[in-house]
Amino acid sequence: MSVAQGAALQVERVTKAFGGFTAVDDLDLEVPSGSFFALLGPSGCGKTTTLRMVAGLEQPTAGSITIGGRDVTGTRAHQRPVNTVFQSYALFPHLTVGENVAFGLRRRRERDVDRRVAEALELVELGHVADRRPAQLSGGQQQRVALARAVVNRPALLLLDEPLGALDLKLRRQMQLELKRIQDEVGLTFVHVTHDQEEAMTMADTVAVMNHGRIEQLGAPADLYELPRTAFVANFLGQSNLAPGTVVEGPDGHGLLGVDVGGSRVRLPAARAVAAAGRVLVGVRPEKVRILVPGQEPGPGENVLGPGVVTDVSFAGVSTQYRVELTGVGTFGVFAQNLLGGATVAHGAVVRLAWSAQHTFGLSGDEDVAAGAADLDGEP
Amino acid sequence: MSLLTGLGAGGAVTAAPTRRPPSRAYWWLLLPGLVYLALFFVVPVGALLGTSLYVPVPGGDVGQYQPAFAVGNYADALAQFWPQLVRSFVFAFLATVVTLVVGYPVAYAIAVRARGRPVLQGLLLVLVVAPFFTSFILRTIAWRQILADDGFVVASLQWLHLLPEGARLTATPFAVVCGLAYNFLPFMILPIYASLERLDPRLVEAGADLYASPMTTFRTVTFPLSLPGVVGGTLLVFIPASGDYVNSSLLGNNTNTAMIGQVVDARFFRLLDYPTAASLSVVLMLAILLLVAAYVRRAGTEELL
Repeated sequence: MSVAQGAALQVERVTKAFGGFTAVDDLDLEVPSGSFFALLGPSGCGKTTTLRMVAGLEQPTAGSITIGGRDVTGTRAHQRPVNTVFQSYALFPHLTVGENVAFGLRRRRERDVDRRVAEALELVELGHVADRRPAQLSGGQQQRVALARAVVNRPALLLLDEPLGALDLKLRRQMQLELKRIQDEVGLTFVHVTHDQEEAMTMADTVAVMNHGRIEQLGAPADLYELPRTAFVANFLGQSNLAPGTVVEGPDGHGLLGVDVGGSRVRLPAARAVAAAGRVLVGVRPEKVRILVPGQEPGPGENVLGPGVVTDVSFAGVSTQYRVELTGVGTFGVFAQNLLGGATVAHGAVVRLAWSAQHTFGLSGDEDVAAGAADLDGEP
Repeated sequence: MSLLTGLGAGGAVTAAPTRRPPSRAYWWLLLPGLVYLALFFVVPVGALLGTSLYVPVPGGDVGQYQPAFAVGNYADALAQFWPQLVRSFVFAFLATVVTLVVGYPVAYAIAVRARGRPVLQGLLLVLVVAPFFTSFILRTIAWRQILADDGFVVASLQWLHLLPEGARLTATPFAVVCGLAYNFLPFMILPIYASLERLDPRLVEAGADLYASPMTTFRTVTFPLSLPGVVGGTLLVFIPASGDYVNSSLLGNNTNTAMIGQVVDARFFRLLDYPTAASLSVVLMLAILLLVAAYVRRAGTEELL
């Protein structure tokens, strides 16, 4: 247990197979000390298995796990300087809240248990329930007790396994801010597993998007969002408009490729493209796109597609979301800020779409346009 | 089995649902049970209490008694049979300890080790109750053969020098406790199994995650959470074992192994001494009630939910 606090995690070439199913496939991961790291992916992508291997609740089939510079591969859960906040909270029903929080400290025969338990409960603003049983608390309170029970041990790594999954949306947003505050306050390294892309982006410094047991892309939330490198990331992290095209012009003086998309010419910065030749997927985020009604012209340096027909208009408070059917290209989504009130374009209108060439990104043409775009509501 | 395991969990924290006045159907459904209990429990207990105070008919035959209020019957019965009464509780206690020590690992193996393999679990549970497919008496008599002087158990123990030459196992307190433990073992295993089966394995993982070794996790998480089953099982073994007379009759020697049930049996059916038999029965009932109440109260307030 002599590992420095906030030590980093290194996962090297880790594979985990259950029978014939490979849950985690040759995974490499490095979590910097003191960071808030999110493992994001759909259910079954291997993120929870990865977390369980780090916690020591599963052993990898191959590869090594290093925590704070110490190789812990093969050691058991109770020997690792790691604590987990479980999705189900897993509070001990036969112990009081205070005894739950004290559990780890008592096992390690630490001193000042009472004071540290009180401090940890204060941190999650539950000092007044120390003598109650977990069953007498609300879901949100239980979640915070589970957090206090982990934080109180000052682990080298704090693992969070979809800890907010069981909470309703409003409480969840509140707890996200709370978790972030606590992480800032205690300065521990947090590794957070979630399938909620918004949660991952709001909370984490670094997000690793996982799919089929591998990491698709890793980086700061804004970087991942602005420049996804795979169709899965483009669709799973926020929404994307992806259209197949072919590179017909090499980079010009401004480093822009010319891509033919359904007969129109679209400009794509070579630096933002995974492939610079042949078939590509041209992508743009819906909020970067604006609608041109007849008579409006694109600005300089803008890509234009269309004309197309508006097939759906939905008002979502801060923005209005349009679906525009572009012949020979596909359906594009457009998010327009409601700066001047509600929708400005009616259902059935014929419009063109424009966006800055600098916001365009390019993916490999071999990818499935719909990868990762599955309905998130289906997630557990 | 949830009913059995619930026996000791009196103080469970459950939100009281909003109460509605019971419907008429509720009372009709309850009626057969109430009538049955009144006819076959309340009335006989009343009769038993009455009989315990009877006195012999002056100048009457053996077995002829008349109603009286002879409280002295109790003092006489206790004075004469307190050793058997105490022995009953000692034997029942020992049998309970043996069934707990033997039964807990079995229940643990079925509920926890075989978790996720329902066929194996089912098979093992059938094996636990399989002895019930044969007569209780036959199985108890079979223990005489097992513990017989020329049987393999005695021979093996003597070979290991655990039993001196010439010593025997049949007709000893050891045999009676063995028989009790054997006959009541399933009643210990099943409630503990039910408790462990419901135990959330994620709590065990949480224990490991919080630096508890497997042994410590068992001591601090698994065992306390299985206590409702342990309490239920110990009650289901201790209560009938205290009043049992089959094991002490068939495996005992009638001198230093006689239990109170055996005395009641002899007084009632052979000596036709109904008042003594009845007062011993009442004493047994009250003693069990007090012991169990004290036990449940202790277990219920300290460790259980």
